[in-house]
Amino acid sequence: MTDIAMTVNGATRTGSVEARKTLADFLRDDLDLTGTHVGCEHGVCGACTVIVDGRAVRSCLMLAVQAAGSEVTTIEGLAPDGALGTLQQAMWDSHSFQCGFCTPGFVMQASAFLSAHPDADEQQIRAALSGNLCRCTGYQSIIDGVLLAARRSRAGISEGISEG
Amino acid sequence: MKLPRFDYEAPATVAEAVELLAAHEDQASVLAGGQSLIPLLALRLARPAVLIDINGLGELSGVSVTDGFVTIGALTREFAAEESATVADAVPLLAAALPLIGHEAIRSRGTIGGSMAHADPAAELPAVARALDAEFVVRGQSGDRVIPAAEWFEGYLTTSRRSDEILLEVRFPAVMPGTGVAFQEIARRHGDFAIVGLAASLTLDDGAIGDARLAFAGLADVPVRAAEAEAFLVGQRPSAGLFEEAARRATAGLDPPADLHGSSEYRKKIAATLVRRGLQAAARNAGERQ
Repeated sequence: MTDIAMTVNGATRTGSVEARKTLADFLRDDLDLTGTHVGCEHGVCGACTVIVDGRAVRSCLMLAVQAAGSEVTTIEGLAPDGALGTLQQAMWDSHSFQCGFCTPGFVMQASAFLSAHPDADEQQIRAALSGNLCRCTGYQSIIDGVLLAARRSRAGISEGISEG
Repeated sequence: MKLPRFDYEAPATVAEAVELLAAHEDQASVLAGGQSLIPLLALRLARPAVLIDINGLGELSGVSVTDGFVTIGALTREFAAEESATVADAVPLLAAALPLIGHEAIRSRGTIGGSMAHADPAAELPAVARALDAEFVVRGQSGDRVIPAAEWFEGYLTTSRRSDEILLEVRFPAVMPGTGVAFQEIARRHGDFAIVGLAASLTLDDGAIGDARLAFAGLADVPVRAAEAEAFLVGQRPSAGLFEEAARRATAGLDPPADLHGSSEYRKKIAATLVRRGLQAAARNAGERQ
């Protein structure tokens, strides 16, 4: 077992893990952050996507020991005070999700991408989300939600506007 | 599945990594970005006793230019190379291929050296290395070796790196003036491994082709150069008819593997289409870059 420490959603978290434990399992099993979902466990579905040191990564393809000393953001870290952020609200307003299993992965990937590319167009957003699988929506509503978030951010609208 | 048990070593220096590799020989696997190795472990397709994690070897990261070569450290992340102005200017074919690798989140962790050492014949980077005659610098207990791309890729997921050696860097020749490039591929979905991919480079000198390079991904157990078609192109002027004939020559002797993604015949047909498109795109690109 190896003792590790990392910053997760702004707080220092520690643990003692086997080298073979993935970051995804460490977040879920050791830190009880079960918002990160584990789908395929071999890097195909994107459900376990989290942000490590500012970049979206697949937490099933990274060992927990490799994240020691890093800054990790999970879906729980996006709305710490319970209020939805611009991206979450826009996806809510666009009915971007159905069963919700893929949701945290899509939101984290989209969040990282929009931070780096606030002016992204639809084609770029589609490319950025191409590594995340959803079996319910057909993707259109997810793309709509991310596009809406990008438009609202550019217009300086940070508050959610309910259209329902 | 959860990963099988393994011993984990995280050397702090290249020398330590080389010692560990020598001590464990073929029982050890080098862990770089982990975007291929971790899935292999999860699926039990690889069962190394020891993982040697080189992510702490910062000296293996970075892009530099010396004597007409662009040297990319083995641990350089794919996204970092993608964002590198030096790569965009001096190795435009590599820059064209990088965005096609996997997905955003894969390129966050995946490394240039990792993809080259994994040597998946359908991957983009091995085809680029083969097209540009890149060189691979490895270090073992007996010293350093420089291995040309033509000798690096030996077979499916197999390179000429010995089990006690670590890949340090990959050297790409800086692009010549008048060169245009294109990386073309056909995949079912964005980010999938290509059914067939093509790295193409054309250098024009007063309107005539001075240098032509074509390397396929996905057509054999290693990336494949189309040497006869390249030789045919040199000295000629770009035209649709010329590229049509080059496509015929580049694919005439091919016998690609068949799998559920495509029959051998289908792959061959795609390969010819990619040669036509790739050469047209490279010729256009040569004009744009002047």
